[in-house]
Amino acid sequence: MNTKVTDVEAPAPSQVRKVRQHVNQNEGLIFEHSLPGKRGMELPPLDVPAVDPVKELGAAFTRGSVEGFPEVSEIEVIRHFTRLSTWNYAIDLGMYPLGSCTMKYNPRVNEYVARLDGLATEHPEQPVELSQGCLRILYDLKQCLLEITGMDAATLQPAAGAQGELAGLLMIRAYHESRGDARRTVLIPDSAHGTNPASVVIAGYEVKNIKSNDRGQIDTDHLREFCTPDVAALMLTNPSTLGVFEERIAEISDILHERGALLYMDGANMNALAGVTRPGDFGVDVMHLNLHKTFSTPHGGGGPGAGPVMVKKILEPFLPAPVVMRKDNGTYALDHNRPQSVGRVRAFVGNFGVLLRALAYTLAYGPGIRQVTEDAVLNANYIRKNLEGLFDLPYDLPSMHEVVFSDAKQKAHGVNTMDIAKRLIDYGFHPYTTAFPLIVPGAMMIEPTESESREELDMFIDAMKSIAAEAESNPELVKTAPHSTRVGRLDEVAAARKPILRWKP
Amino acid sequence: MRYLPKSPSERTEMLADIGVKSIDELFVSIPEKFRLTKPLNLPGPLSESEIIRYFQDRAAENTRGYTSFLGAGVYQHLRSVVPDALIQRGEFLTSYTPYQAEYAQGTLTAIFEFQTLMCQLTGQEVANASMYDGSTALTEAILMTERVTGRHSVLIARSVHPEYRQVAHTYAKNLGLEVEEIGFTESGQLDRSKLTKEKLSKVAAVVVQSPNFFGVLEDIPALAESAHAHGALLVTATTEAVSLGIVKPPAEADIVAMEGQAFGIPPSYGGPYVGVIATRDKFVRQMPGRLAGQTTDSEGRRGFVLTLATREQHIRREKATSNICTNEALYALAATIHLCLIGKEGIREQAHQNLSKARFAQAELLKIPGVKLAFSGATFNEFTLEFPRSVKLLNAALLKEKIIGPYTLGVHYPELTKRGVVCVTETIPRAEIERFAATVRTTLEQPI
Repeated sequence: MNTKVTDVEAPAPSQVRKVRQHVNQNEGLIFEHSLPGKRGMELPPLDVPAVDPVKELGAAFTRGSVEGFPEVSEIEVIRHFTRLSTWNYAIDLGMYPLGSCTMKYNPRVNEYVARLDGLATEHPEQPVELSQGCLRILYDLKQCLLEITGMDAATLQPAAGAQGELAGLLMIRAYHESRGDARRTVLIPDSAHGTNPASVVIAGYEVKNIKSNDRGQIDTDHLREFCTPDVAALMLTNPSTLGVFEERIAEISDILHERGALLYMDGANMNALAGVTRPGDFGVDVMHLNLHKTFSTPHGGGGPGAGPVMVKKILEPFLPAPVVMRKDNGTYALDHNRPQSVGRVRAFVGNFGVLLRALAYTLAYGPGIRQVTEDAVLNANYIRKNLEGLFDLPYDLPSMHEVVFSDAKQKAHGVNTMDIAKRLIDYGFHPYTTAFPLIVPGAMMIEPTESESREELDMFIDAMKSIAAEAESNPELVKTAPHSTRVGRLDEVAAARKPILRWKP
Repeated sequence: MRYLPKSPSERTEMLADIGVKSIDELFVSIPEKFRLTKPLNLPGPLSESEIIRYFQDRAAENTRGYTSFLGAGVYQHLRSVVPDALIQRGEFLTSYTPYQAEYAQGTLTAIFEFQTLMCQLTGQEVANASMYDGSTALTEAILMTERVTGRHSVLIARSVHPEYRQVAHTYAKNLGLEVEEIGFTESGQLDRSKLTKEKLSKVAAVVVQSPNFFGVLEDIPALAESAHAHGALLVTATTEAVSLGIVKPPAEADIVAMEGQAFGIPPSYGGPYVGVIATRDKFVRQMPGRLAGQTTDSEGRRGFVLTLATREQHIRREKATSNICTNEALYALAATIHLCLIGKEGIREQAHQNLSKARFAQAELLKIPGVKLAFSGATFNEFTLEFPRSVKLLNAALLKEKIIGPYTLGVHYPELTKRGVVCVTETIPRAEIERFAATVRTTLEQPI
């Protein structure tokens, strides 16, 4: 590394209001603490006669001890994982401006109620009459989601958004096939999330990509041309991944419906719409929600999520079985008798613990969910207004919950979106989303969510302004960031070329 | 509202800064006829204490105070309070997928440890982190065998968890992948006489579960040998992962699909759990799901990154190995912490306790006239009994004594209505096992 750069590696203290560096602990892998005879959890003594495994299972079925398994005490486990945790960034530490990811506050009460005895303890195969509380939670959530989306029926089974996409596509397929009109193709705009085309393939369809127009929106003339009798559906993200509402949504839905195709909406950006407008009202036939985005369930470093799918009446017969229902006598049940169902996409009822948290979130706001949407859109527009001019805005359209800049101006100094994103770390912020959507070269996709105060937004804006200045005055500094983390930029090429995917002694 | 950090005046000032008069101006791109004019009809808003009350009321409508002998894919095991305390640290709970490696070394290091633990347990060379659950892990493993072998059908044992098979059928039928089910013998194991050379030379894989849905261990080395002799792979599912503390791991299998719920994750009425796929190094590029790999930074310091991402949807889109994006990272972390605590000695002791308790329960129940062991194969902590009457009727009587009885096989195997699967883990005290046996005895003594 160039010594001139290391001399000035951190921003001057006056520039950074949010963070300063402090000591953090070194820590090896847990296996490196292991010594024979240590343990971190004890079991009560066995209160029945101990059997001989070899006699009971047969020598061929019995294993020796698990080679390499850790042997550590409780305090070592606590320190190990606490130290690791301090190497992460988190919403609880500050703004997490990842566009499209909707990193909002995860209310603590949701964690509390998910762990209650009588909820966390329940077995999915226990009798329905002893599961009325669980089933009512599922039913109440379903009703809330239907009201928010304006749809008619729902499944809560899919484990995440991508699985919801698959479930929705399978219902579309079953619908067309039930009409003796099997179709082969699904249209996807070039601005879509990568899961959309991947899900289409797993549903057994072919992907046809359609180009966005110069406004980043669906070109309706193009759509008319592409929407042949072979097209089963269009998968549309609305607002789009540019954070822009599809202004011609009614026309889009009419074009599809006239041709017998359906409109699938990727609900990843529902946090721009909740309480303001309803997809069911603007022609959507099927959609999924990502409860770990709009409905605040914690992302947990990659999951779990939940991906409920909402449909219009015409698709209800095809919902994955079983479906949660309320009987006329007021009790709750699981309806397994669904002869036209696409089948099961996951064992049991779904990610109950995630669904429960989403209900807790919805109940906290009630109709006030509209204020959440308004604040998210207000925050995105505030950032846009304050950074416009410093960063290139490739699509000058009204932003909703997120704003997409590009690195065009900084490119002139050899600084790209990834460099700026990494430099944000030195200012105490998580990077925004880089290089997505694909229709924006050098995209910088920023989504603040409703959870940010004006103070936090102002610090973010200051950081971005400061980095823009650095990109001109000292591009090397930005290109080699981050400078304040435990490790510098890691060699991803080497990691992929000769993968080391497990610890070995 | 307590989650929203803005004062009314700040909102007004920010609108002015943006240059709009009202918030509605920021929504003008939504056609007016679609804009809602009245509030949604939703319950709430509720304060924190009201939310707690709502969920406590729901909890009271469930099964408090019952003793359960259900397994069937979800297991009650002892858990330390430590994993739950650690996964609630905001730095783990509220962080995103670790794409920005420098700012996510905590999560990445833990994922690397999870992958290592899964390899050690399964006897496989590489494991991902993670899949949604066991059922989708198995299904993705099946799709993977098609990519590896280029063959378009699989044989799946009927003794695989029925809901796992349903998921596999849902995915397979739209992809033109044929899934043929193979029955079981009196041992409860897959009927190997049905694995003809003709069949094996056409299929991508033979798919079994061990311990299987009846609790019986499958003969993995023999099945692997048959499959491999004809160019097919062997896929094994494990729903009761604690078994791996004492049961020989499926090292001969080509792909292991595992449900990790047994590693300290609460039943939570069906999820979230954590699925895992483990396999051989040579198949890693056909594997779905995330992988953390070790590397170094410019100064040679060890660090971890997500790697081999060219398999994944965000890079490869329609050519990806899977559509999975969000996974179950937090529960992979919980399982990792649990396994570190229980450790090398503890995992074996726990498995041994399960085996001993199940054998004790089995002996007690087999003393009852008319109760027989349904299958002759070796079992771990679940075993199938044949009763002189339908399990459904028996269970109805047991419920009155606050006992949730055996899993009723008749639900998915219409020919087995008198058979039920009993699961006994280390959590069930001896006295409850004895009460269970006594209640079964008195119930069966009474006429129907």
